[in-house]
Amino acid sequence: MDCSISLTINGVPRDIALSDPRVTLLDLLREQLHLIGTKKGCDRGQCGACTILVNGRRINSCLALAASHDGAEITTIEGLARGNELHPLQAAFIAHDAFQCGFCTPGQIMSALGLINERQAGCDAERIREGMSGNLCRCGAYAGITEAVLEVQKNLSEVKERQVA
Amino acid sequence: MKSFEHIRPASVSDAIAAASVPGAVYLAAGTNLIDLMKGGVSRPDRLVDVMGLPGLDRIEPLAGGDVRIGALVRNADLAHDADFAKTYPAVAEALLSGASAQLRNAATVGGNLLQRTRCAYFYDVACACNRREPGSGCDARGGENRLHAVLGWSDACIATHPSDFCVPLVALDAVVEIEGKSGPREVRLEDLHRLPGDTPERETVLAPGDLIVAIRLPAHARNFSSHARYLKVRERTSYAFAVVSAAACLSIAGGKIAEARIALGGVAAKPWRAREAEKLLVAAAPEAESFRRAAEAALAHAQPSGENEFKIELARRIVVRALALAAAGTPERVPALPGSPFAAVSGVLAHA
Repeated sequence: MDCSISLTINGVPRDIALSDPRVTLLDLLREQLHLIGTKKGCDRGQCGACTILVNGRRINSCLALAASHDGAEITTIEGLARGNELHPLQAAFIAHDAFQCGFCTPGQIMSALGLINERQAGCDAERIREGMSGNLCRCGAYAGITEAVLEVQKNLSEVKERQVA
Repeated sequence: MKSFEHIRPASVSDAIAAASVPGAVYLAAGTNLIDLMKGGVSRPDRLVDVMGLPGLDRIEPLAGGDVRIGALVRNADLAHDADFAKTYPAVAEALLSGASAQLRNAATVGGNLLQRTRCAYFYDVACACNRREPGSGCDARGGENRLHAVLGWSDACIATHPSDFCVPLVALDAVVEIEGKSGPREVRLEDLHRLPGDTPERETVLAPGDLIVAIRLPAHARNFSSHARYLKVRERTSYAFAVVSAAACLSIAGGKIAEARIALGGVAAKPWRAREAEKLLVAAAPEAESFRRAAEAALAHAQPSGENEFKIELARRIVVRALALAAAGTPERVPALPGSPFAAVSGVLAHA
């Protein structure tokens, strides 16, 4: 099969030739586009290491066929920092020791970004933990991860309050 | 993964034509199917990708009070639709108790109905499984089967249907709208999934080419909005399939139960409606004694299919507790841990 799709990846439009319909978004990003920040953990939708945003929503890229996503807007961990300036979530993960080995971290951060966009958890630690349950961390950095997400969420809420006031 | 042809039809009729040939299957979000294909459990020759079909991603209130949910509505979008969640709170809670946020963002309503069992022997192609390979046997019978069925199972298959979403839907008399080679038709969701009998490989009443285009909840289902809960016991706090779950929906008038709806999940190869239990609750007081009587009736025909006798009493207790929670009233908002038996106290972490 010869199939080509268009994707916008981290703000850059790209035309991509797919050699095989079996290619997942995860494999496309890593193997063909060399964006290796997105990690392959279980490759079966269980660990969340491959989490990316598609049209602003977090999904498991290992279970998404690239051929099904023509026209999609994709954000990966590589798209978060602005030059040397870290995204607030990246900075908060460092500040709160929210990782040890770091393998799950890109997925955790992309999932946290999706969680914040969804506006369901607010500053409730239990809702954040529940909303992040699709991202496993074998090092057990969950406490730090929750703190980091909570901090970014609180800062966002304060900014919003200041804007309203 | 075996190679396949990927087709993106432009219309429902094109989709049906493309999917009616042997070896063809529908692909929606793929959160279950792609996983099955990676494991060699499903080996289709052709994927008919329905995500581009127009008009199937809407939640529409219909004249007369029914609501119609397009088959391509994402699980997360339905659960977070404010009107829907307020009117059908047990459905929203069930959706949010299932899978992870990432999967709910992708997975569709139609796909949720048609997801396959999570029986480990079905997934392991080195094992005998009558559901995957008719006539090969059932390694679950003598294997790790503590999570398997206690109702409606057969010697050929003891697998369960894993959906949370389907459980309150069956309780609320949801109807499935299907388009097929001979035109449109409807079946009650309760009749969509088949019990295994001697042919566990025939999991639903769908024929080749049949496409679920929507589900519908009847207007009557609105009567339960203020007393509706879903309760789900898992082996970990979140992101796990049900060991046992129950949807309980009540309408209460003058201190008595006017009508009750009860369905169980994780106990059978289909979402299990407990009609005898419902009847016992009519005109009863909403109290522990009535709930226990109903729970006894719901599990009256339950039999262990292996080392899972504990599930029968667990299911009774979950029915009692779901009914008690429903009687206490639907919470303002879906709890932080949806469907969870833990964290009853608001604001208190379920984790140390």
